[in-house]
Amino acid sequence: MGSWKEYSVVKTLDEAVHKLSTAIEPVKIIAGGTDLLLEIQQGHQPIVHTLIDVNNIDEMKCLEVRGQRLFIGAAVAVSKITNSPLVKQHALAVSEATGLIGGPQVRNAATIGGNVAHALPAADGMISLVAMDTQAVIYKDKSFVEVPIMSLFKGPGQSTLEKTEILVGFYFNLKQPGEASAFDRVMRPQGVALPILNNAIWIKRNRNIIEDIRIVFGPSGPVPTRAERVEEVLKGYAMEQSYIDLAKKTLRETVKFRTSKMRATAAYRYELADLLLERVLKKAWERTEEV
Amino acid sequence: MENEKMITFEVNGKLVSLEKKPGEMLADLLRERLGLTGTKIGCNEAECGACTVVIDGEAILSCNFPAEKAHGKQITTIEGLATKKENGNGNGRQGEYTVHPLQDAFIRYGAVQCGFCIPGQIMTSYALLESNPEPSVEEIQYALKDTLCRCAGYPSIIGAVQAASESIRTGNPISDPVVPIARDAGRIVGHSVYRPDSIAKVTGSAIYSDDLHFDGMLHARVKRAMIPAGIVESIDTSAAEALPGVKAVLTAKDLFAEKVHGLVIKDWPVMVGVGEKVRYVGDAIAIVAADTRDIATEAIKLIQVKIKPLPIVNSAVLAHKEDAPQIHESGNLLKHIKVRKGDMDSGFADADVVLEHTFFTNPNDHAFLEPECSIARPLENGRMEIYVGSQIPYADREQVASVLGLEEEQVRIIGQLIGGGFGGKEDIAGQVHAAMLAQKTGQPVKLLFDRQESLIVHPKRHATQIKLKVGAKSDGQLTAVETELYGDTGAYASLGEKVMTRATTHASGPYEIPNVKADCYAMYTNNPPAGAFRGFGVLQSAFAVETMMDMLAEELKVDLIKLREMNALRVGSVTNTGQLLDESVGLLECIEKVKTALYEKAGSDPFKPVFDQNDPNIVRSWGFAVAYKNTGLGGGAPDKAGAEIELLPDGVFEVRSASAELGQGLPTVLQLTAAEELGQGVDQVRVLLSDTDLTPDGGPTTASRQTYVTGNAVRHAAQAMRDLLTAELAERYDVNPEKITFIEGLAQIDRIQVPLADISKTLRADKVEPKVLYTYWAPETKPLGQGGKMHVAFSFAAQAVQVEVNLLSGEVKVPQVITANDVGFAINPLGLQGQIEGGAIMGIGHALTEDFVITDGQVITDRLARYRIPSIHYTPKITSFIVEHPTKDGPFGGKGVGEIVLIPTIPAITNAVYNAVGVRVDSLPVDQEKIRMAKVKQMV
Ligand SMILES: Cc1cc2nc3c(=O)[nH]c(=O)nc-3n(C[C@H](O)[C@H](O)[C@H](O)COP(=O)(O)OP(=O)(O)OC[C@H]3O[C@@H](n4cnc5c(N)ncnc54)[C@H](O)[C@@H]3O)c2cc1C
Ligand code: FES
Ligand code: FES
Repeated sequence: MGSWKEYSVVKTLDEAVHKLSTAIEPVKIIAGGTDLLLEIQQGHQPIVHTLIDVNNIDEMKCLEVRGQRLFIGAAVAVSKITNSPLVKQHALAVSEATGLIGGPQVRNAATIGGNVAHALPAADGMISLVAMDTQAVIYKDKSFVEVPIMSLFKGPGQSTLEKTEILVGFYFNLKQPGEASAFDRVMRPQGVALPILNNAIWIKRNRNIIEDIRIVFGPSGPVPTRAERVEEVLKGYAMEQSYIDLAKKTLRETVKFRTSKMRATAAYRYELADLLLERVLKKAWERTEEV
Repeated sequence: MENEKMITFEVNGKLVSLEKKPGEMLADLLRERLGLTGTKIGCNEAECGACTVVIDGEAILSCNFPAEKAHGKQITTIEGLATKKENGNGNGRQGEYTVHPLQDAFIRYGAVQCGFCIPGQIMTSYALLESNPEPSVEEIQYALKDTLCRCAGYPSIIGAVQAASESIRTGNPISDPVVPIARDAGRIVGHSVYRPDSIAKVTGSAIYSDDLHFDGMLHARVKRAMIPAGIVESIDTSAAEALPGVKAVLTAKDLFAEKVHGLVIKDWPVMVGVGEKVRYVGDAIAIVAADTRDIATEAIKLIQVKIKPLPIVNSAVLAHKEDAPQIHESGNLLKHIKVRKGDMDSGFADADVVLEHTFFTNPNDHAFLEPECSIARPLENGRMEIYVGSQIPYADREQVASVLGLEEEQVRIIGQLIGGGFGGKEDIAGQVHAAMLAQKTGQPVKLLFDRQESLIVHPKRHATQIKLKVGAKSDGQLTAVETELYGDTGAYASLGEKVMTRATTHASGPYEIPNVKADCYAMYTNNPPAGAFRGFGVLQSAFAVETMMDMLAEELKVDLIKLREMNALRVGSVTNTGQLLDESVGLLECIEKVKTALYEKAGSDPFKPVFDQNDPNIVRSWGFAVAYKNTGLGGGAPDKAGAEIELLPDGVFEVRSASAELGQGLPTVLQLTAAEELGQGVDQVRVLLSDTDLTPDGGPTTASRQTYVTGNAVRHAAQAMRDLLTAELAERYDVNPEKITFIEGLAQIDRIQVPLADISKTLRADKVEPKVLYTYWAPETKPLGQGGKMHVAFSFAAQAVQVEVNLLSGEVKVPQVITANDVGFAINPLGLQGQIEGGAIMGIGHALTEDFVITDGQVITDRLARYRIPSIHYTPKITSFIVEHPTKDGPFGGKGVGEIVLIPTIPAITNAVYNAVGVRVDSLPVDQEKIRMAKVKQMV
């Protein structure tokens, strides 16, 4: 009867933690609610007693440069991230990825924290953050802890966050000369709203050499993983078709894709991975030329 | 400290403070507690955008926004855009309201059809223009991406947003779009007019069934089997009955009169009782009425049902096997339908080439944005009122009355606005259940389907398997076509027999062929029932035969347009059912129009693949298809409609018919028709539809028949009204009847003018009711198998569609459509344009996005998130030609429009895919993975 009994809007992290540990169970954090409320409504999650709304905690609504890094609060709506000049400047992949989530109305409510905490292996915003080598900030035991974003995932739909741990925001390095990032995905026009495959790439260029690179595909496995062997094939080499072809070959040998009913066979996913790798890599490479 | 129990926010400039309610979404608060029912709920799952409101300047889905989150915010809903004028005269469109430029533009551009999505469209656009006053087409599409319109008025929506943007920036009024008038336009008919209901639809004041509220109203829910085949062993409702707030729980035991419903064949149990058979997942087992919807939902969960599963029959082909489990006592065969013409042996012997291929079409859901809703209200005198958006009000009345054990006259169906139907609101949905619960409790009962229930329960488009064998001479002349069709009509008959009959009679396409044989097996299965859906069987067979025509053209190396021209039906042709077409066959002109435009756009070889200059993996090409579709029921079914016209005391003519408006624009057509005949302007004619107490039976709104049949009824009624008034006035004023004419609002009697209002009052004072009733009978038709005239008329169409295929991913886009439709006469060109655009986009949806998946009787696509209908991103550039070959008995020559517009789109797309990449699509929808994997195979 309704998805919740009590809806509690908190203003500070301490208040949130306090409520999380004292409110009537079951209790859950809610941000945009675009995942959580539908899951409860459709019976994929049990009905909760208390929802703790974290949208009004100042620290979590911040999007700003801090030192050599960009900070994006977990409660920033993805539409704000897409359109943020700072994000566009430092992490186009993140702007692109968040701009593809749902439609504009969903993006006005959905947050980046929710996209990550939901821990789906192909969440667009999350995949782009992985490519940015993002550090996540967690508020736990009254202090802020920084962990690599990859450590947040346990399995599909399961994060490693404990009940009273709150995801506060994300840090990644500001863009340096020669660096760039890009994101793209392929959807199926029928069926579920999840991409068949998405891909985010961050790259550091030195003249015509790929000095450093990070490549992530989603979904590939129960938790997001970097395509490290593919990265190795490209790292330190020139941006040339022969290396791209070699990278595709390595991709087929080392990255595991699954067949998922109604979405795609593994064989088709490899085709798309070829396409995306080349498309996204070239897009990122071209961007390194821009200042 | 703020009061923790209250939510306070501003809505449309007014501060409101309300008590918090656990679990309440903003949409529910707005609709139920503030009566702001302009905000619609189409899906309740954040997919459709109908519930969009603007919060602090941003478009938000209110169905998924906790009401408590609105605290301290500023909300604008559709009701907040227009301002009501203090001294409006209430007559004209702009009389009562000063509308926002967006609202004005939506009306003028004909973007309003059924209207259900319109508040969401306008609010999303409003938020866009607030932040981006001059959006490009791409930006409009980006902003409206998830605000769905099933009537698919997307081109008009884009036009309207651009026009509003310009008007806001320049301060100039919005000008009307250019829509050509009909070729033989009359004084009124053949000119574009705005829909009479559009002002209500753009301001949010239009009322749909779920917007109604009655004192003491209970809320109903239905316990469904959720198992496709089985025997009910036990039903325990005790826990549900004990739940506080539950007012009634009924099961099959409580049925005391008729126990089944159905449109042609009554084979659909109102509820399945203990010991009885479950035939599909949507079968009703029990119904509950409670004080609130939440309580009713909870009660449904408490009902314990034991069903012993039976083997599942999951396809028509399986159902036809001899050892298949029998679904009904009569067996699994609903109907074997046959078409015979000429002699097949000699037909194939004459052929130089014979081709054979089997095609598959998938089921589709109507996905009208307004889910089914019925409200039953018992009256003290024992009558029952049903408020429902229904395509066939009189059939509802009969079915409800028979289950309640009442006389038909004891039941009154009060038709409400329909938020899209497309054939999916012809069968009983909640009408009977709501009425039973109202009868039991003595209170009004609302039964609203949620989206999941809608997707599971109501009849779908028939899945078919179509085996075609064609024979042709080497020059392309067709000598014989043989077809074997299997149609999956699901658990119950619905209109299955009619639909599959149409599929069968249209199976060899709009061609004259000397030898034709078609056999169709309409089979019961344990899938959701299949029934009427825009295109009515013809869509499926057109996909098969139009693909086959392209295969034949390739085999014979003849031009694929020439092949169609050579065999096309024309005046003097005899159809495969033996009907001589003696008039009104515009197919060749449709082909000519499309062909000319196509060559202009794409050169003389439009069907070759063209690679993108910048990206060698993008390839484009065109595809072509034609179609025809009957108008009216035909096949010997008596096809009639009644219409009544009354001159009201205020001088307005009211036209009444129980035909339904699904968004297709029927009221405008009837209004124009009456206005033309009565010498009036549109403001002097009002249309009342779908009330079984007040309006005569208009027959079913199906088979593209309303313009023709009800249009004729109104035309004749208007003529009779003119005669009546003329006779009365001639007598009273002692003038020759020839000296009496009617002009806007007035009668011209020789040299004097008398207001119609005065005439109405005078006649009434003399006990003469200025009212006429006319029942129009469509010309008699012959049943299938007897030859002769099976249908009163046919509409024809040709389309060329451009596709763009990504060779690496297999993704398909449709950038352009050229369409020509022979509709006899364009009574309202603006409304017709909406039908044509909407039809083409629905066709694109069927070809590319829509796949209703049923696995072993279970509906997999039970959410809008899984059953995808085309968004504004699928809007192609549409070039449209209206072809008008009038049919002599149609109103002003008009014939059906609603279905023909969509039928050729699908094969034109799949043919274009073949022309672009060489992959033949023989099962729907197009699967991008299949295209890519086929390319991969071609490479090795
Ligand atoms: C129509 C539609 C289309 C969509 N399309 C896409 C798409 O294309 N791509 C895509 O990636 N996603 C898509 N989504 C999914 C969804 O919008 C995103 O995952 C969204 O970013 C989730 O954010 P939220 O704020 O709404 O999360 P919520 O629903 O509020 O929360 C999600 C989960 O995260 C937890 N949580 C939230 N914030 C925190 C926090 N700060 N600390 C700890 N736990 C937290 C919640 O407890 C909950 O378990 C779509 C959703 C809809 C409805
Ligand atoms: S009703 Fe809210 S998105 Fe459909
Ligand atoms: S007008 Fe958009 S759904 Fe009907």
